[in-house]
Order: sequence, then structure tokens, then C-alpha cells
Amino acid sequence: MAGEGFVAPHVDYAATSPVIALTVGLVVILMSGVFPTTKRWAPGLAVLTLGATAGLLIWHWNDQIDLIAGALRVDNLAISISLIAIASAFATILLSVRERAAEEAGQGEYYALLIGSVLGMVLLSEAENLVTFFVAIETLSIPLYILCATNLRREGSLESGLKYLIIGSLGSATLLYGMAFIYGGTGSTDFAGIAHGIEANGMLHDPLILIGIALAAVGLAFKTSIAPFHQWTPDVYQGAPTPIASFMAVATKAAAFAVFVRFFVVALGPETSDWQTGLAILAAISIVVGNVGALGQNSLKRLLGYSGVAQAGYMLGGLVVASEKGISSLVFYLAAYLFMNLAAFAVIVARERETVFGDDIRGVRGLGAERPALAWSLTISMLALAGLPATAGFIGKLYLIEALVEGNFTWLAVFIAVGTMISLAYYLRVVAAMWMTPGESVAPAGATPVISGASPEADPVDPRAGRRWYLVAPAVFAAAVTVFLGVIPQPLVDFATHAGSSLF
Amino acid sequence: MINALLWAPLAFGFVGLFLPKRVVGWWATAGAVATLAIGVIMAFGFDNGAAGLQDTVNTTWISGLGVNYSLGIDGLNLFLVLLTAVLWVGGIGFAAFREQKRPQMFFFLMLAAETSTLGSFLSQDLLLFVLFFDLMLVPFYFLFGGWGVDRSAEGGPTAPQATLKMMIYTLIGSLLMLVGAIATAIISAHGGHLTFSIQAIQEQGVPLGSQRWIFWFFAAAFLVKMPAFLVHGWMPDAYRAAPLPVLVVFSGVLAKVGAYGFLRVVLPLFPEATSQFQTIILLVALASILYGSVMAFTQTNLRLIAGYSSVAQLGFITAGIFALRADGSDGAILQMVNHGLVVAPIFIIVAILVERTGTEDLRSMGGMAMRAPVLAALFLIVALATLAMPGSANFIGEFYILNGLFQSKIVFAFIAISGVAMSAYYALRLYIGTMHNRRPDGVATREISLRDGVILAPLVLCILALALYPQLILHRADPSVQQSVSAVTGETPENLAVNK
Repeated sequence: MAGEGFVAPHVDYAATSPVIALTVGLVVILMSGVFPTTKRWAPGLAVLTLGATAGLLIWHWNDQIDLIAGALRVDNLAISISLIAIASAFATILLSVRERAAEEAGQGEYYALLIGSVLGMVLLSEAENLVTFFVAIETLSIPLYILCATNLRREGSLESGLKYLIIGSLGSATLLYGMAFIYGGTGSTDFAGIAHGIEANGMLHDPLILIGIALAAVGLAFKTSIAPFHQWTPDVYQGAPTPIASFMAVATKAAAFAVFVRFFVVALGPETSDWQTGLAILAAISIVVGNVGALGQNSLKRLLGYSGVAQAGYMLGGLVVASEKGISSLVFYLAAYLFMNLAAFAVIVARERETVFGDDIRGVRGLGAERPALAWSLTISMLALAGLPATAGFIGKLYLIEALVEGNFTWLAVFIAVGTMISLAYYLRVVAAMWMTPGESVAPAGATPVISGASPEADPVDPRAGRRWYLVAPAVFAAAVTVFLGVIPQPLVDFATHAGSSLF
Repeated sequence: MINALLWAPLAFGFVGLFLPKRVVGWWATAGAVATLAIGVIMAFGFDNGAAGLQDTVNTTWISGLGVNYSLGIDGLNLFLVLLTAVLWVGGIGFAAFREQKRPQMFFFLMLAAETSTLGSFLSQDLLLFVLFFDLMLVPFYFLFGGWGVDRSAEGGPTAPQATLKMMIYTLIGSLLMLVGAIATAIISAHGGHLTFSIQAIQEQGVPLGSQRWIFWFFAAAFLVKMPAFLVHGWMPDAYRAAPLPVLVVFSGVLAKVGAYGFLRVVLPLFPEATSQFQTIILLVALASILYGSVMAFTQTNLRLIAGYSSVAQLGFITAGIFALRADGSDGAILQMVNHGLVVAPIFIIVAILVERTGTEDLRSMGGMAMRAPVLAALFLIVALATLAMPGSANFIGEFYILNGLFQSKIVFAFIAISGVAMSAYYALRLYIGTMHNRRPDGVATREISLRDGVILAPLVLCILALALYPQLILHRADPSVQQSVSAVTGETPENLAVNK
């Protein structure tokens, strides 16, 4: 650099604008928490930030731009995954209205952390360099560690935060270790540079690279809750405030899968034949462990946690085949998963607040007679997660299986089929509780719900929680979309195809 | 027209959700009758001599995945569609006369079940077929679980438990079938344009190596649905849990979807595998005949007698199809309709008897015929049809099946004949046990009420009409059957079956 001085990389501010919008929003929300009068605006500001970001992202639909010297890349895959994360965050804000966790943590901080996590997700889905990749994954995770523990009076919530912190850090460390090996072998941190380096340096099938790939896969498996690296999932979901659990279930998974796909397909593309089988085995283990683990659960959040492990296994199948159709099917499934899961979590939030059972399955007994709108939503959600026809879940499985069979992984498709069969046993148990079991959910006057940690100054049961629009509307809307996409899937198929084709 | 036929029940059911309790039963009955009317009109417009599809609809549904919304009618499904429409009128009408809890939901589910069943008969796209095949289970799951009978007092399962067992059994087959269907389309496309159209796949052909495993994925789904011996484990619990009006349509139609699937999908698409595994399927069919018959002798629960007799009858039908001759399959189609028409009245009669006696046990029944000659006469006709009395359409059906079997696998035919003899025993045992014998104390015998007669008599009339003129079905089915069967045998279609 003699005589030239440092030349800063060109920054395309238009394409960076979604990230900038989130950062500005984050700071404003945090500052709003300082003053008592502006504190109440935090949820509104968060919605505003998310809306602006979504708009800016959609503006760049169909663009393919490398940003800041190739650190980030805006393309349809990044945009679609970011939109999924933003939609999930928006739903989380609705579900957090009157949530104890949000109030206890100070409104401003709670929403600022949520936006911070979304910022990490947007960065992660755009990351095209090992450094941005790691920074983004930490930006995503650290706010979540705190958010898990925001239900300050409840031991389970604190435990959940601590557990997620320790296991999440272990995952990050493993990932970082793997990155070091890959950098060592290729001399590049850039994804395209890594792919080039593997071939140019003659590192194809070299143990150094293979160890790096294995460690990176393990690190990402922690984040996407793929078995056998899933043990934190049910515990953390159960302990975390339910709106946050719903956010983690969808948004974290989506963002982590986005980088999983980009890193493995773009950077490790030359090694595809090496990692395919390994990931396929992880997917198969995940399907079995998740579905069997969910069988005996009485806590609905734990059940959804294990079901999330199994669903992550299905989704990993889309990556395993490393084809355009595979990635499209993965994006399709993630979008469908957003709606299926949201309907379930919204109903759980409502029942947690209006019964004394918390998220126990007893809380939904007799729901069909008591709260038909919620019961229909949860029913559709369960049937969709089980992959029954006329729901987005069926089309999602069809898409995945088609990609798997085309990619010569028919055996994994059979695993999905068998796993789905096992999953019926627990999904239908929830359905049976709602429609075929009489209710026992009459809450005595002045009772404290389990989520309040039984503290004396906690709010009593809110007997109208099951009718609050901010809980019923997301549930019904998500269920309606799930059915709509099961009958008219073409719009989402087009959306997913655009996302999948941006890598090839 | 074909769209109206498919979606009319669902539309009626949906509107019914918003009607008051008193009228919803009648509204649902009107919906079922309207569907039947559309079906009958279509049957009149049916071109008898043609083998190909008629009244087709074909539009792209999901273009990226190669799935089309494609429906059509031919000789294979015409009468099964009519059977569906007829039995649903019976089942819904029977239920409409009785008090149901949450009736809006009950009738909505019944009509949704009709749409999905019709859908699986009408689909000409492999994936659409799988979709409707799986979808059928959902309304029945809720009907069985929500309105079913709790057997936990007798040491049996509760309704939700029994239903869950049924779902898991039947879906393991269906989900494998989904994988099989996708594999079929992808393999037959040979890297070209992906399509799920059954006709297109048949023209493209599937290599033998793939046929072998895909055959079993499909066979698993169909055999469980029937149910066939060894995979019938869900049947006893589900039949005991089901509400009786639902069982009328369930046992009358659903089992046939499995048998129909063999004719529609397996024979044309996997011909080599079919002839390779012919013997194995025939063994399963024979085992079903023997096991079903023997169980039907020994059971005392009326539902289970009828249920196990269905296992035996479906064994017959499967054997007819896997004779791999046109006459066997002609007989199978006729027999599917026949069996649907006899088993539905049996369950209606069982329901009437259970209401009178308060028990489902054959041992605590009897003597009904004394004061109820009309009911007894109707039942006798049904019973005689069940045992394939010469003169009944069932006799013709079984004759064709056995004829086909004799000419292809004579040993199997001899064993199958024993099934005919055994059916006489269990049908008469059921009849005598309920209608004759000594009347137990405290059991009222009354004549069949007019409202139940209105439901039962037309079904019996259908049995009689077919007995007089079975060619109605045979003529129309034969060209399509020839086409399906000739895919396996490779012979050019000839009219050996009907025009004798």
C-alpha cells in the first residue's frame, strides 16, 4: 500500500439499506426506553422498523448485488429468508402484547433485543464471507440468550437463557474452529474464494478441509437444532417466554439454514460429494430422534421443540441434494413452517394466559367447544405439521420428497415418510385433546397462571385472553394461510423457486 | 359437470356449518341427493363402448412440481362413483333422522369425506390421487373420534385411541405411496418433463427394477385400506369405535378405494412387477378370504361380523383383479359395487337392531322377524345377496372372479371357492341369530319405522335391480378393464368377458 493510502471499499447504500434501517430502528427503540413517556412506543417503533426493512428488502427483489467487497450479498435467497424472519418477528411482537416478559425486561430493551436479533438474521442470510458469517451468527444469538431469560420471576426462563447461552457458545466455538481449518486449507475467508482455493490448492478431499467441514456442520447443526445436537431445543423452548420460543423456532432456523445453504453450496460446492452423505445421515437421525422424542411430551412447547427437531431433519433434506429444486423446497418448507408454527404458538400463548395449566396439554382439552376459532387454528397447524393434504405442510413434503428422489436420495424420502407416520401419534394427540376430550380448564377466580411463576404480585389468570384480537388474529390468519397455500400453492412455489435459483 | 360432482358435497357441507341445528340434517341429505343426481346425469351421458376417459378436466395445478388437476370418468370408476353417491345418501339420510351432537360439524365432515372419496375415484393425476387418498382419512378421523363409541368400559380402547391406530396404520401405507408416486413420475420422465398424469406415465413406462419396489409402496397403501390379512390390525377397534351411520359409508366405499387403486394405478403403471408378484398378492387375498370368513363365524359383535366378512369379500375382489384376466377384473368391479350395496344395508340394519336391543352382541338378540316381517324380508334379501345366491348380482360377480381365477391359477380358485361356501354360513348366522331364534326378555320387536324404510328400501332395490341386470355394469366396465389388464398381459384387448 505504499503511497496509495487505504482505499475504503465501495458501499452500495441502496442495497445495504435494510441493514441500516434495522440498526437505526434498534438504536431508536433502545433510546425510547429511557423516557417513561416514550417507553410505550417501543412495540410500535419495532413494527415500524420491521415494516420499513421489509419494504426495502422487497425493493431489491431479483437483484444480485455483492456488497462491501463481497462481505455480503443481496439476492433472492437472502431476501426471502429475511422476509420470513421479519414476518416471524412481527408475529412475536403481537404475541408479546401484555406479555409479562416484555414488561419485566423493560419494554424498550425487550423490543430492541428482538430487532437486534432480526438484524443478525438479515446479515446472516446475506453473509458471503467467514467473518460476516460469524459476526452475524453472534449478533443473532446474543440477544436471544437474553430474551430467553426475560421472564425474570420464573426459574425456568432464567435456566433456559443460561442453557442456551452455554450450548449456543459451544456451537459457535465449534463453528469457529471449523472455519479456522477451512481458512487454513484455502487461504481465503470469502465463500467464492474458498471454493476456488479448494480446487486451486489441490485440497479436494483433503483431511484438513474435511475436518473443517465436519466442525462447521456440527456448529450449524447446533443452531438449526439438528439431532444429535438438539438437546437444548426442548428445554429452551419450554423455559423461554412463549412469543420468544415461537420466534426462535422459525426465524433462527430460517436464518441458520440460509447460511447453511450458502456456505455449503457456494463455498464447499466442490466438496459436495463428501458432505452430502454426512448431512443425509444427520437428517435421518434428526427425523427419528425428533419424532420419537415428541411422543411422550405433555408440555406443548416441548412437543413443538421436538417436532422442530424432526422438521429440521426434513428441511435438511433440501440441502442434502444440493440442487436448485432442493434449495427451493427448503425455502418453501421454511415459509410454510412459519405459518404452521405461528398458529400453534399463538394458541399456546392464549391458553397459557387464560388457564392455570401453562403450556400443558391439559390446557387445550375441550378447546373445540370453548374456543372454536383457536381450536380450528391449532387443529390446522397440527394437521399441517403432520403433512396431511389440503395444507401447506403436504405440499412442502411433496416438494422436498420430489427434490430428494430427483437427487437420488430416495432412502431419505422414505425416512421422511416413516417419520411423518410416527409424528401423527403426537400431533393427533393434541387434536384429540381439543375435540374429543371434555374440558377441565375452568380457572378458579384469582388463580395465578403457571407462566407468572406463582409470584404473589403477578397478574391473575386473564379469562378473556382467548378472545384478545392480538392472539386470535395471528392464529386464525396463520391457519388460513396454511390452508390457502395447501390448495393454491403456486404463489409460494414461485417465491421459493426464485430464492432457490439465485445460487445456481 | 365433473367439477360439480366432486365439489358439490363440500359446498353443501360448508354452507351447512352456518345453518340451525334442526335443518342441517336435511340440508346435508339434499346435498348428498344433489350429488347423486349429478352422478346419474353423468352416467346417462356415458359412452358405453369407449375405453378412454370421458368428461375430463385437466388444468395445471402446481406447474413447478408437475402436478395437474386432472379428473375423468371411465368404466373403472363410473359405478364406484355412483356407489359412493348412493351410499352417502343412505348414510347421511339415516343420520339425519337421528339426533346428533354438534350436527353442523358432523354433516360437514360427512360431506367433506364424500368429496375426498369422490376425488380419489375421479383423479387421473397420480399425485392428486394420493392427495385425495390421504385426505379421506381426515374427516373420518374426526367422525370416529368425536362421535364414536367409547369401549374403555369393556376393556377396549377409547374412540380417539382406536381412531389413532387406524390413522397410523393407513397412513404408513399412504405416505410410502406418496414417495412411490413421486419416484414413479421422476423415473418415468427420464430427466425430461416431469408429469404425474397416469396416462403419460403409462406411455413413458417405468423400468422393471424400479417397478419392483414401487409396486410394494403402492400395494402397502391399498392392502391396508382394504384391509387385507396381516395388515388388518386397525379394523376391529376402528369398526367398534365408529358411529354406525359413518360405518355405512366407511365400510361400503373406503375399502373399494384400495381395490380400485390396483386397477387404476398398479396394473397399468407397474405391469411387469404385477405379474411377478401375482402369486404373493393372491396368497394374501386367499388368506384374507379364509381368515375373514373364519373370524366372521366366531365373532359375536354384529359390527365385527360385518367387518370381518368385508375382509373376506375384499380378498375375493383382490383375487379377481390379480387373476390378471379381463373377466376376473370385470367381476371384481361388479363385486365392489355389490359388496358396497350389501354391507351398507347390513350396517343400517345393525344400527336399527342396536337401537332396539341396546346391545351389539348376537347372543342377546333374536326373534325380531316375529313382529317385523318387513325388516326381516329386507334383511333376508341382503343376506342372500351377501352369500351370493344364484340369481343375485353377487353370484355373477363371484362367478366372473372365479372364472378368471380358474383360467389363470386353478389351485387358488379351488381354495377361493371355499370362501363362497363360508360366506353362506356367516351371512345366515347373522340373519338367523338376529331375526329367528328365541326372543330374549325385554327386547321390543317393532316393525321398521317408515323413515328407516325410506333409507333401506332403495338400497335393497338397487341390489334387486343389479341382480336382474348385472350387464349394466359389466358392459360399461369391460372396455376400460381390458385396457388395464392388457397392460399386464400384453395381449390385445378382446371381448372375452361379456359377449358370451
